[in-house]
Amino acid sequence: MTETADRTAAPAPATPALAAEFETYAAPRNQWWDVWDQFKTHKGALFGLGFFVFTLLFVFVGPLVWTMDPQFIDIRARNAGPSLAHPMGTDQLGRDTMARMMAGGQTSIAVGLTAMALALLLGTLVGVLAGYFRRLDGLLMRTTDLFLAMPLLPLLLVTIMLFRDPLRANFGPEGGIFVLIVFMIGVTSWMQTARVVRAEVLALKEREFVLAARSIGTPSRRMITRHLLPNVMSPIMVSATLGIANAIITESALSFLGLGFPSDFPTWGRLLFDATDWLTQNPERVIWPGMAISLTVLSVNYIGDGLRDALDPRIRGR
Amino acid sequence: MLTYTIRRLILAIPTLLFISFIIFLIVKLSPSDPTASLPLTIPPDVRELIRESLGVNDPVFVQYFKWLKLMVWDEPLHFIEGATGWPVAPEGPRIISYQTRSPVMDLIAQRMPQTLWVVGTSYIVGILIALPLGIISAYRQYSIFDQVGTFISMVGFSVPTFFTGVLFIVIFAVNLGWFPSVYNTTHVVTDWDSFVVQLKQIIMPVMVLGLYNASQISRYLRASMLDNLNQDYVRTARAKGLTEKIVVLVHVLKNSMIPVVTVIALNVPAVFGGAIITEQVFKVNGIGQLLIIAIQSGDVPVVQTVSFIFAVLIVLFSLIADILYGVLDPRIRYD
Amino acid sequence: MKKRYSLLLGATALALAPAAAMAERGASGHLNIIYWQAPSTLNPYLSGGTKEVESASLILESLARFNQDGTITPWLAESVPTVENGGISEDLTSITWTIADGITWSDGSALTAADFVFTWTYCTHPEGGCAQSSYFDGVTAIEAVDDRTIRISFAEATPFPYTAFVGSESPVLQAAQFADCLGARAPECTDANFGPIGTGPFVVDEFRPNDVIELSANPNFRFPDRPHFATVTFKGGGDATSAARSVCETGEFDYAWNLQMDPTILAGMEAQGRCVVMTSFGTSVERIEINQTNPDAALGDTRSTAEGGAHPFLTNQTIVQAMSMAIDRQLIVDVGYGAGGKATCNVLPAPELYASTANDACLVQDIPGAIALLDGAGIVDSNGDGIREYNGMPLRVLYQTSTNAVRQDTQALIKQWWSEIGIDAELRNIDASVFFGGDPASPDTFQKFFADVQMYTNNFAGVDPQAYMADWACDQAPNPSSQWQGANIPRFCMAEYDAMIREMAGTADLQERGRLARAMNDMLMQNYAIVPLVHRGGVSARAATLEGHLMSDWDSELWNIMDWRRAQ
Repeated sequence: MTETADRTAAPAPATPALAAEFETYAAPRNQWWDVWDQFKTHKGALFGLGFFVFTLLFVFVGPLVWTMDPQFIDIRARNAGPSLAHPMGTDQLGRDTMARMMAGGQTSIAVGLTAMALALLLGTLVGVLAGYFRRLDGLLMRTTDLFLAMPLLPLLLVTIMLFRDPLRANFGPEGGIFVLIVFMIGVTSWMQTARVVRAEVLALKEREFVLAARSIGTPSRRMITRHLLPNVMSPIMVSATLGIANAIITESALSFLGLGFPSDFPTWGRLLFDATDWLTQNPERVIWPGMAISLTVLSVNYIGDGLRDALDPRIRGR
Repeated sequence: MLTYTIRRLILAIPTLLFISFIIFLIVKLSPSDPTASLPLTIPPDVRELIRESLGVNDPVFVQYFKWLKLMVWDEPLHFIEGATGWPVAPEGPRIISYQTRSPVMDLIAQRMPQTLWVVGTSYIVGILIALPLGIISAYRQYSIFDQVGTFISMVGFSVPTFFTGVLFIVIFAVNLGWFPSVYNTTHVVTDWDSFVVQLKQIIMPVMVLGLYNASQISRYLRASMLDNLNQDYVRTARAKGLTEKIVVLVHVLKNSMIPVVTVIALNVPAVFGGAIITEQVFKVNGIGQLLIIAIQSGDVPVVQTVSFIFAVLIVLFSLIADILYGVLDPRIRYD
Repeated sequence: MKKRYSLLLGATALALAPAAAMAERGASGHLNIIYWQAPSTLNPYLSGGTKEVESASLILESLARFNQDGTITPWLAESVPTVENGGISEDLTSITWTIADGITWSDGSALTAADFVFTWTYCTHPEGGCAQSSYFDGVTAIEAVDDRTIRISFAEATPFPYTAFVGSESPVLQAAQFADCLGARAPECTDANFGPIGTGPFVVDEFRPNDVIELSANPNFRFPDRPHFATVTFKGGGDATSAARSVCETGEFDYAWNLQMDPTILAGMEAQGRCVVMTSFGTSVERIEINQTNPDAALGDTRSTAEGGAHPFLTNQTIVQAMSMAIDRQLIVDVGYGAGGKATCNVLPAPELYASTANDACLVQDIPGAIALLDGAGIVDSNGDGIREYNGMPLRVLYQTSTNAVRQDTQALIKQWWSEIGIDAELRNIDASVFFGGDPASPDTFQKFFADVQMYTNNFAGVDPQAYMADWACDQAPNPSSQWQGANIPRFCMAEYDAMIREMAGTADLQERGRLARAMNDMLMQNYAIVPLVHRGGVSARAATLEGHLMSDWDSELWNIMDWRRAQ
């Protein structure tokens, strides 16, 4: 994001009629097409998007093709390597790894995306408000300190004790835990985003284009959405990528501690954790979930890169 | 800036009191129990007596104020006596761990060295890798270096340490036999040879954690550098005839450091907090292991004290970060 | 360290010059032991955890111990008192021990009867929170008859008086060292708790709680040629797999304790030839407990109590019998326990005298039989959802246990077998610190049992099952008025059973006690309050070069460490 971009954007709110007129003449097509055009030129982003779509198809459509039950135990086939019957092998109870990768991917991707979105939303909100409004800064940042200092495990134990049964009653055993886990991961991982965004906003709001916009009486809401948010997109994108990885891994740590999903409910993180002990004997068991997590995070990272470039009007114009 | 700093330091006191009380409530509310790890052969009435003798059943406020008084008054005096030899330490109880029935501060002091060695070194290593990685990746965006760096840092961040740790042990300790898989906390560095031994035993945990830290910092640095490389002032600087080296390493880097400083300052307290999983995998038995064992065995005084020290560091480093923003970008003002 | 060791050796050699012909103390050098759970103190009276008791057993000793067969063996005592040799009074209300001649503490002072009297005072102090006070239950007095004679008196006739000062849980402390540590002052004696003076083969050089212990041979040990090892490092931390790896793959350690891990992985490590996996069986049984009361959340305060009424379908013996028949216990052993487990149909599997054979039919899985049984009783799936109904109530159970990889595998297996006979299980695993913790505020403790079935392991210490079998008395059922304390977790309640508990308490004859214990076990089994799965043993690994180890689950695993030596 650049100042040039903002200079062209800044007058727009002041003279809406003119801007609208300008758009009807010069922009016969939706600006998202421009974004897409720019996005298409980013090879990494296209590859990332392709892989991400492939992963989504694998975990959500895959089970329709590969109909094996991820919880079905075939004890005679335990610890088997890849074969036609089990393309990714089986685990120590003879459960099919491919079916478990699909089922686990659904949970992991859902947890990763929603928890990341929640953390990002909270972090950006707190960061922008604290950076922009000096009156809120102290209170919001001390709250951030509080959340940073909180020991996660006891907090989880308390939350589970208080909320598991009501949630289970409302959303079912798996749905309840899903809501709980997403909420807990989101609520305990927004602080870094908040601090990074606040720092950027603190610096941005002393820049000339912001001072200029303010001097012509731009209201705070517009200042934030038009001038500040677009300029903190890059750290937010980085937080988003790191956030997904963080959520997937935190979820596996929680299952390991007995605070996550029921044990017969696979997730990528949990598959990786369970496979770690088998590293020397059945190395292929760690490869599948390990690769799935890394490549998904990598693809999201590239999509983020491409999106950031595509959303930047100055790069888009190049 | 000075008045701001002083104001923030004074404000830190009520903040920390509040934080410590919230932590205490959470730790007390959480359903763990100091007798949970005892064998089931110990009957329930004996367990109740044990809990009674630990003071677990006292009202929460009584327990909190007892702890607070010891934490802010008695323990600092004990620390002064320990450090200087002046006999200022008061008679009477100290903050006692439920598990070991010994002073919590002694436990923390005992575990500081290995945590600082392993987690501290890994943090420095992480920063040292991240800075060049981030700078070059941004300057040569989409070059081979950038692609490889992106790949490694993303894998480094998304593969959890419980796996990389075991992988390193299997490769370097079991198959190659280069490094020990168990950290010896009683090892003392006195000369070159013992330093080499120390180096061998920290190298695996340091690399595991360093990779993780480096990934995170380098991503923020790269993104921030990319933003700045397109700015007008860069073009101006180049137009003035400044060398590329000065443009990138002085002007751009300085302006790109804000998110990096934030992330680094945010994670320095975590150095003290140790690394729970890595410490467990390599049996480093530092602060992280102390904390997790304390949580698992309902050892409230340890959890509370470690979390409180952690909170003090967090508040302190968030102030340091705010001051550093002012140094990096003099336009930022808080008053 | 090295220097101190050679000095020590020198001193020993001087003191024992006449015995020089024997093998030298400390000749085997250094021993590395790894316990993946690290001891937090060396005073077993302050923390009763297995790791604390076993590490302290290198230093502290008791009058008699259990050997690898579970037989009582004199240790600090001259002999084991019995009614025949006059050590136990005819009315079974007192036992008199005599300390063997010439036993000294590691500081050189003599061990006297006063130390035992002091230890009793120390542990029974009301403010001390002594973890082993149950070993002194029913003891009215411990007196020092003379310097070497101790008389323990009981309130009533005690057929099995080998509790106080027998086994590794209740060793003797030095009165001089702990004199100022009584009651509430116990935590102030950090130095004593972390470095107790003992009579055992080793003395503490350095103790780091929850981390590592450095020990060296006791120069005043009563056997001049032992221990064979001069120094010991006792490291804690990590997990079972990494502990096994450090013995079997990297060879950094000589002994790893409690290797609760996948048996296939352990077998793979053992096959490399650097280590030997050892097992021994005590009384631990992994069991599924069947809630006899109704855990329905709608019942509020009477949930899982007798007042809340019987369980809607698990008190039907046919259903639970079918559930038991559907389980392939041997397969659970193969998958999760390996050599460290045996399929069992009894909750009281050992010692041999007490082990019943009446229930062994359950050893063979019989799913068709289970289905036929349910069909025959008219418990069928009437609405076609694959789950049977009993009185209109679908057979869905909530199956909880603590978090532990083997338990989760077992849960998954059993869930599948139960689904094959039309019973649906929802699995839940709970962090062990919560599950086994007694916090009355938590709904997830095993005492509260807010689930239909739950699985864990229990056992009893020593060799006498009387107190253990008394756990299932009606009045032992946990309920809110007792703060959910109580050992009768399945809420089993039968008047005949309670009568047998009383009968056993008054019976001294060993054969008769055996018959009673077997009958009580059978009653629990045949009423299907408990479904036993696996008789679990301790699994440890030692380096192939370590000799002289006798594995025992009746006492500390390290009970004979003075005889351990390095193969030449």
